[in-house]
Parts: sequence; C-alpha cells; structure tokens
Amino acid sequence: MIRKLTFAAALAAATVLGGAAANAKTLVYCSEASPAGFDPSPWSGGNDFDASSRTIYSRLVEFEHGKTTITPGLAESWTVSDDGLEYTFKLKPGVKFQTTDYFTPTRDLNADDVIFSFERQWKKDNKWFEYLPGTGWEYFTGMGFPELLKEIVKVDDLTVKFVLNKPEVAFLPDLGMDFASIVSKEYADSLEKAGTMQQFTQKPIGTGPFQFVDYQVDAVIRYAAWDGYFGGRQKIDDLIFAITPDPAVRAQKLKAGECNIMSYPAPADIAGLQADENLNVAEQEGLNIGYMAYNTTVAPFDKVEVRKALNMAVNKQAIIDAVYQGAGQVAVNPIPPTMWSYNTAIKDDEYNPEESKKMLEAAGVKDLSMKIWAMPVSRPYNPNAQRVAELIQADYAKVGVKAEIVSYEWTEYRERGKQKDRDGAFQLGWTGDNGDPDNFLFLLGCDAIGQSNYAIWCNKEFQDLLLKGKATTDQAERTKIYEEAQVVFKREAPWLTIAHSKVFMPMSKKVSGFVMDPLGIHRFDGVDIAE
Amino acid sequence: MLRYILNKLALIVPTIFGISLAAFAFVRLLPGDPILAMAGERGVSPERYQELLERFGYNRPIWLQYFDYIGNVLQGDFGISIATKRPVIGEFLALFPATLELATVAMIIAVVIGIPAGIFAAVKRGSWFDQLTMGAALTGYSMPIFWWGLLLIIFFSGYLGWTPVSGRIGLQYFFPPVTGFMLIDSLLSGKSGAFSSAVSHLILPSIVLATIPLAVIARQTRSAMLEVLGEDYVRTARAKGLTPRRVIGMHAFRNALIPVVTTIGLQVGTLMAGAILTETIFSWPGIGKWMIDSIGKRDYVVVQSGLLLIALIVMAVNLIVDLLYAVINPRIRVQ
Repeated sequence: MIRKLTFAAALAAATVLGGAAANAKTLVYCSEASPAGFDPSPWSGGNDFDASSRTIYSRLVEFEHGKTTITPGLAESWTVSDDGLEYTFKLKPGVKFQTTDYFTPTRDLNADDVIFSFERQWKKDNKWFEYLPGTGWEYFTGMGFPELLKEIVKVDDLTVKFVLNKPEVAFLPDLGMDFASIVSKEYADSLEKAGTMQQFTQKPIGTGPFQFVDYQVDAVIRYAAWDGYFGGRQKIDDLIFAITPDPAVRAQKLKAGECNIMSYPAPADIAGLQADENLNVAEQEGLNIGYMAYNTTVAPFDKVEVRKALNMAVNKQAIIDAVYQGAGQVAVNPIPPTMWSYNTAIKDDEYNPEESKKMLEAAGVKDLSMKIWAMPVSRPYNPNAQRVAELIQADYAKVGVKAEIVSYEWTEYRERGKQKDRDGAFQLGWTGDNGDPDNFLFLLGCDAIGQSNYAIWCNKEFQDLLLKGKATTDQAERTKIYEEAQVVFKREAPWLTIAHSKVFMPMSKKVSGFVMDPLGIHRFDGVDIAE
Repeated sequence: MLRYILNKLALIVPTIFGISLAAFAFVRLLPGDPILAMAGERGVSPERYQELLERFGYNRPIWLQYFDYIGNVLQGDFGISIATKRPVIGEFLALFPATLELATVAMIIAVVIGIPAGIFAAVKRGSWFDQLTMGAALTGYSMPIFWWGLLLIIFFSGYLGWTPVSGRIGLQYFFPPVTGFMLIDSLLSGKSGAFSSAVSHLILPSIVLATIPLAVIARQTRSAMLEVLGEDYVRTARAKGLTPRRVIGMHAFRNALIPVVTTIGLQVGTLMAGAILTETIFSWPGIGKWMIDSIGKRDYVVVQSGLLLIALIVMAVNLIVDLLYAVINPRIRVQ
C-alpha cells in the first residue's frame, strides 16, 4: 500500500510542478474566505472587498497605493464649493467597462454610471435597492450617506455633482471606500431587461484592473488582466484566489508553492515563514486599535480616577509579548501612530500597581468585583481576547480587584456590549476604513452611543471637538483639533487602549510589486511574478 | 418484501417532519442573530434592523414561520441564503458532489481496509496482528480529526512534498464542471494530468475522513466474526472438512456481515459530521464547510434547509442499507 501511495503522490507532485511552470504569469493568492458575492457594495467583509471592489472595480477617487492619501481615480479632477456642500467631479474620458463573454459594453463610463452606483444604495424606490432580498447596504448607511446626500446631479456626460446636506470633510476619503465603487448602469439595465438581475453580483462588470472569469463556490476565483484598463494592462495575465480558510493550511500551501502570497498568517506561524529562504514576509503597522471600554455610566467606572487607576494596573507590554507575540505595539491614543494628527506628546498611563492601589483606595473603591468581556473571535486588532482578559484579570488581582471573564457568541457579544447597564469592561477594537482620524474618534462620539460607543461615554468637550473637526476643511487646523481631542480622551480614560497590531503578508520571493495597504486591503494591481 | 419496503418508506415521512422541526428550532436556539451577523462589526441602525426583520419575516410568530418554511419545502423551495442571497438548493447541489465524492472514497477505503483487517484480527485472535490492528483502530477512533489532518498535511505535503496541501485539483486545470465529481470531470476534460491531479488531491482528505469509520468497521467486523466463529454451524462446517477459507468466507463472514452492514450504514452520518472538519482543513468545497460557515453567519435558511437535505440523504442511504439486509438476511424477506 505504501508503495502505491508513494507512486500516486509522486505523480501528483510532478503534475503540480509541471503545471506551475506552464503558468508563470499566474499569481495565486491564498485568501481566507469565500466572498458573499461580487457586487462591491452590499457586503462589508474584507474578503468580499478583495474579491470584488479592489480587483474588478474602480472608484471616483482612490487611496494612494500603500497610503491613505486620496488620488484621482475615475475622476481626473474635482472641485469643492466654498461652503463644502458641493463636490463636482470631472470624469476621465474613454474609461472602458470590461468586455466579457457575458457582456459587451457599447459605451464608455459616464455620469449615469456614477449616479446609478449611489442611488441604488440610497433610494428605496430604485429597482436595484432590493435586487438582493434583504440587502442592508451596511456601509452606505453606516457612513451616514442617506442623511448626508441631498442629490447627485448629472452636469454633463463627464461631469457629476454631489450636493450634501451638511459639510463633511471625510466625504472624499469616503468615496475611496469599497462601497463607493462605480458599477455599470448599462449592464444593470441589460440584466433588468432580461429578468436576470441576480447575475449582477454573480458575473460582475467593472472598470478595474482585472476582469472576472469564473468562481467555483468556496474553492477558486479566477480573474484575467483587463486589457482595456485605464490604468494600463497588468503584468500578470491571470490572478487566482485559492480560498483556504485555515491559516496553518495557507502557510503550508505557500511553503509548498501552491500559492504565491497569503493573507493573515497565524501569529505562531510567522517565525517559521520568516525563516523560509524562499519567502518574504512583509509587515506593516495596522491601522487599528484594540481596546477595553469601561461603562462610564455605571459606578464606580463613572469616576475618572477609578478608570485611570485600573488602566495603571495593567501591564500592557506583557500583553504585547504574550498575546501579540511581539507583532504589535502598546496603544497610547485611540488612533494609531501612523495616522495624521496622532498626538505624540501624550504619555501613556504608567504601569504602576502600587499607585493604582492607592488611587482606588483614595476613590473609595474597596473589594471591587467586575467583569472583563472577552471576544469569542480572533481579530486583527486582538488575536486572542480571552488570553488578554486572563492577563488583565491577573493584573487586577494584584491591586485587589476581582474580575470575572465573560464571553458570548460574536453577534450577541456586540449587542450585549451596547446595553447601557452593561456590567464591566468590554474588549473590542477597530480597523480604519478611510485613513481619516474621524473614522476612529467617532467611536467615542455621543451620537455613537448604542451603536459603536461601548464606553457609553458622552463628553461635551470631546464631542464639540469632533464636530468642529468634521466641519473644518483645513488639514492643519483639523490636526490641532484632533490632537486636542486625544488629550481629552487620555485625561478622561473611557478606554484602556491596549494595542495596535502589526499585519503580516508572507509571499514568495518571486513576487514583486505587492504593496501592503494600511487599510487592510489586498490589491494586486502592479504586482508581478518572476518566471 | 414489498410490505417491508413500504414500512420503511412510511417511517421516512414522520422522520422528515421531526428533523425539519428540530433543524428549524436548533438554529433559532443558537445565540446570535442573522441580521446582526450580516451587518458585521459596523452594525445596523435600529430602524433598518426592524425593516430587515420584517423583510425576512422574523418578527412573525415562530410557528407561522415554521409552517411557511415547511410549506415552501414541500413545494421544492428551500429558500434564499441570507448571507449570499443565492438559492439554498442551488448552493447545495453545487457543493454536494464534492462531499459525496470525498465521502464515497473515504467509505471505500474504510470498507476495503476495515473489513479484511477485522476478519484477520478475529481469525488470529490474540496474535500481534490482532493487538496491532485493534490498537490502531482505537487510536484512529480517538484521534481529533483537525489535528490528524494538519499532521498529515505537515508530514506528507510539507515535509515530504508528496501530496498537494489542499483543494480538489491543481489550479492549472480549469474546465467547467459536468457532473461535479472531480474524478469524472477531470477524465471528461481530456486534459493530460488532470485525473492524476484530482486523485492526488483526494488522498489526504479521504484518509482523514476514513479514519473513524475504518476503526469502527474493523472493530465491529472483528467482534461479529468472533461471535460467529464460536457458533455450532461453524464448528460443523469445520468438522465436515471444509477449508478454513471456505469456512470463514462462506459460513462465518456471511453471517457476520449483517451487523457490519448496519455499522456501515450508521457511519454515513459519521462521514457527514467528519466532512465538516475535513473539508475545512483541506479547503474542500463541500457541504460540510458550507454548513459550518452558515452556522457562523447565523444563516437560518441555509442551516435549516441544509440540515434537512443532509438528513434526507442519510435517510436514503439508511433505506438502501435496510433493503440490503433483505438481500443478505433471508429471514427479513420471509417476514
């Protein structure tokens, strides 16, 4: 039997190797999950965006590759009215939608496509609003677009104007996000006519660097370089997503040469991947924050001095060493250090159990029993919340605080965390959407209570700064405002800021041109692979 | 015989209703909420949440939801996935061949190795072979599938480089599915090397999935054989001067086969359960991985309909096994 197995295996290995040589300009990416669909707007998972918006589609504006700076995309230029209420975009002429075996466009991109891309997510009487039953358009609504947009006007074929209800400084970065990808109205119309609207998300058409070829559910997604891409044809001919949910298996596939690049390695595998002479492991500070939010409306956490004392009881460096295994850094502020307006002058609460004990006593807190909430899932900003909770629990014990660790199923966890009478400190985190500080600081705004403000913290001084920051267009001025907001945050301590994690991207040494993205996007335009 | 078959068929109807009710209740007993799971970390506004609740009908009385569901199922409508918005039956039919192919190969491995090993262990009772086989069976039965799968990947794919790590076929082979069974489709594609690539991708996952059924079948065969070998008719057969091969093959094994066939039938359920983990480890695009993903997303529609469809298949296999009894055991035919 062993002889037979050996023969079969050797045959298979020969097949794999032979095939790899024949497909030298094919890049294989081991992705972590199947996309829900290929429409870039209804879904909110990073894996959905990687498979749709970043490969197949483009947006009016784009984030500069590897940065959060806004650059022209489908719009070659734009103007903003003095009152900040009107954004007029001039579209690039001659942008072609992809030609595939299921659709041949008859015209180039125009203002109708832009208007359609937003109105289908916005207007309930639009036939495409519910073309997928129960679609929530979570990102469009989550970014406040239904309240923000007043109208979108076609000025001419290549000029489109967005009129807002209120000034919104993050409007441009918002348009660089995945949900704001531009889709083809002509394609939508043809599907509507044929009565096959669902095909819109199964067989996508965009203006991006790659065109869709095939999807075998839960297994493989195939793309081909789009010859008519306005940014120029890609160096690779074919792009394949090999869907591989287990990180250890992804690492093995990369080592075995079955894929050329992989997402999200397990922290335990990183050292092994770094030691492999055929691989490069790129790394970057993640645009994220892992935190623990006190319920600032419940005693004794309503007292600043208690929150400060508890913060000082926690040895955050020990958490970085034990849980993040060095792949992270202690968080001081609620925004990551790589983000503009990060206040470097702020000093973190010192780890000092003795002082913490004294402060608790001074605040009249004795024999405190509390809960520490631990997420049931691993996230980029916190790979093991249970372990973090255990370490905090041990630290608290040293200052006489008895902590019980609680956890629930993931959606229930988040819902219970929002309850105003929630008992104890709640671990969570955030990964940035668009590189704007407001995209982090809004988590602590008064109007985010009941949604993303798990500290249930409403501080007038902080809130005023947030609103001022949103209404100011000058970046230098905004920087000052947000620096001040961070001072207020640190003084009031609604959170224990735990860590900003690093993100790793292991790849074959044959791969060149891959740029890690601070927003956690995996982009393959500009990537090449040596033959 | 006809009455026997009709009796078995009649039992299926209440079983289906029972399973549909259990699956419907089970997914709703899980903590979590499909709409919140769909919304992700960004959440959804209370107004939109209410809208979606009404849109999916989850604000209606639970019994009404069940009757609507079962009514639709009886008309062949298994619903639309909350997460992917695709018809459940379409997703099931696209993924099921992969699971069936893996489970069939795993079962063949389990039967082809398990039965002879059990017979041999019984015949050579107390020998080193018996001890070794039963020790290995116990180890196989106790082995956590996830750990076992990763171990095989690391050793055979990572260290020795003999087998591919995961997937169903080498990525260089791209052809439209005809039957959904990769072994057949790779042959039909006419592409050189495609079939051997499909075979090589099946080796590790089928070994992992076969491990527990193989252990159970080997142990069951051994104990059934030991029982039969002590019977008077076996002694009589030996006394008549029949060759040991004839005694074991014709007299002992034929009678020992009945409990073994029962065990094999029951292992179909084990294979379905094992497929969940095996498919996840080996990135095998089958219904096991589909179900586990859907449970994570609280996709009520996929979980309740998927469980029902899987149950239907397990019942169909058990029905076939019951019919096989009648072939093997003349007493059932007479009854």
